Amino acid sequence: MKELLIIAIGSAIVNNVVLSQFLGICPFLGVSKKVETASGMGGAVIFVITIASFITSLIYKFILVPLNISYLQTIVFILVIAALVQFVEMFLKKAMPSLYNALGVYLPLITTNCAVLGVALTNVQKDYGILTGVVNGIGTSLGFAIAIIIMAGIREKIEYNDISESFQGTPIVLITAALMSIAFFGFSGLI
Amino acid sequence: MNGCTERVYNGLIKENPTFVLMLGMCPTLAVTTSAINGVGMGLSTTVVLVLSNMLISMLRKIIPDSVRMPAFIVVVASFVTIVQFLLEGFVPSLYASLGLYIPLIVVNCIILGRAESYASKNPVVLSIFDGIGMGLGFTVGLTAIGLVRELIGSGKVFDYQLLPLADMSTGQAGYVPVTIFILAPGAFLVLAGLTALQNKMKINAAKKGKKVIEAAGCGEGCASCAGCSKTVFPTGNEKE
Repeated sequence: MKELLIIAIGSAIVNNVVLSQFLGICPFLGVSKKVETASGMGGAVIFVITIASFITSLIYKFILVPLNISYLQTIVFILVIAALVQFVEMFLKKAMPSLYNALGVYLPLITTNCAVLGVALTNVQKDYGILTGVVNGIGTSLGFAIAIIIMAGIREKIEYNDISESFQGTPIVLITAALMSIAFFGFSGLI
Repeated sequence: MNGCTERVYNGLIKENPTFVLMLGMCPTLAVTTSAINGVGMGLSTTVVLVLSNMLISMLRKIIPDSVRMPAFIVVVASFVTIVQFLLEGFVPSLYASLGLYIPLIVVNCIILGRAESYASKNPVVLSIFDGIGMGLGFTVGLTAIGLVRELIGSGKVFDYQLLPLADMSTGQAGYVPVTIFILAPGAFLVLAGLTALQNKMKINAAKKGKKVIEAAGCGEGCASCAGCSKTVFPTGNEKE
């Protein structure tokens, strides 16, 4: 139990997926204009990564390894993730329309979010079992949600600031990300 | 200028994927701790891009429109797996330092973006040159960022100690490296500086009344990937 907690905290805060591993930079910069949309994206990512890390661990353990074709992991994982995102979208549309309305727009974007594939591959690389893999997935996606929501909060305030012309838009966002990244270094002694 | 050199010029300068289109930001930030890593990542991506452009262009009349996204993904993922094994076998040191980011070439929007917007509509030879141009443009971008970070962060260029380091114990004067540039925040800072520089040039060009090349490929600025997948994926979704 203690180990699981350490993995979760480690992947959520200490090795934050966006700010220290640079996975999922694109949605981090692209969908962080408002806190509302950012939390929608964060929620969708938590949802998909948790399911994806569970399913990819299952597939790796019970299909790829017994058949001795674990070298196909990249191909299989990306297809599974793409199919899963589609499936989740259809399922939510039918079963939970309210959740679908909240997350719907963000779901198709997640296929190209490298954090999802990144978590699946990390789980394999680090020899995580199914439970540990899922915990790692939850931790990582929580880290993503934390980072993108904080970023959106800061960007809402930046709107009112007087920024020199050439730094408007992307550059100031990148500088904010750099400062956040420095702040997250503070957690590195935690575990 | 004939078609092939035009494609290479287009990829290298006019629509440089790193500086103009701002595509593939994840590897751009993650692996550029040194110039040599930038070159390695850039060339691996180039190889995948050229091969996948070639194959997709060959198959463009065979792949049914409704399943083209999954088909592209399978093609790209296969080449990425091949490149991954070649690197692991022949350049293990580079493989170790690039690590997770090699398999993640699959989700690099440059590759799927080029497959969708160019290779699936154009003849084989032009698509190959388009891949070469875009790939080299990406390599140049990564190497440039890597050079800046390596020079400021450790005083080295391509692993050669260009600036002699200061030695506290002997009191020798020299360069004190700004280590933060090879750590995570440095990546954001360098990229912020470079995009600001690019903005500045755009603003100057606009003032002189020149026509400005916008991030044509996918949406605006750095939202590119989100924009990219918006244009790339829903088409796949509706029909899948």
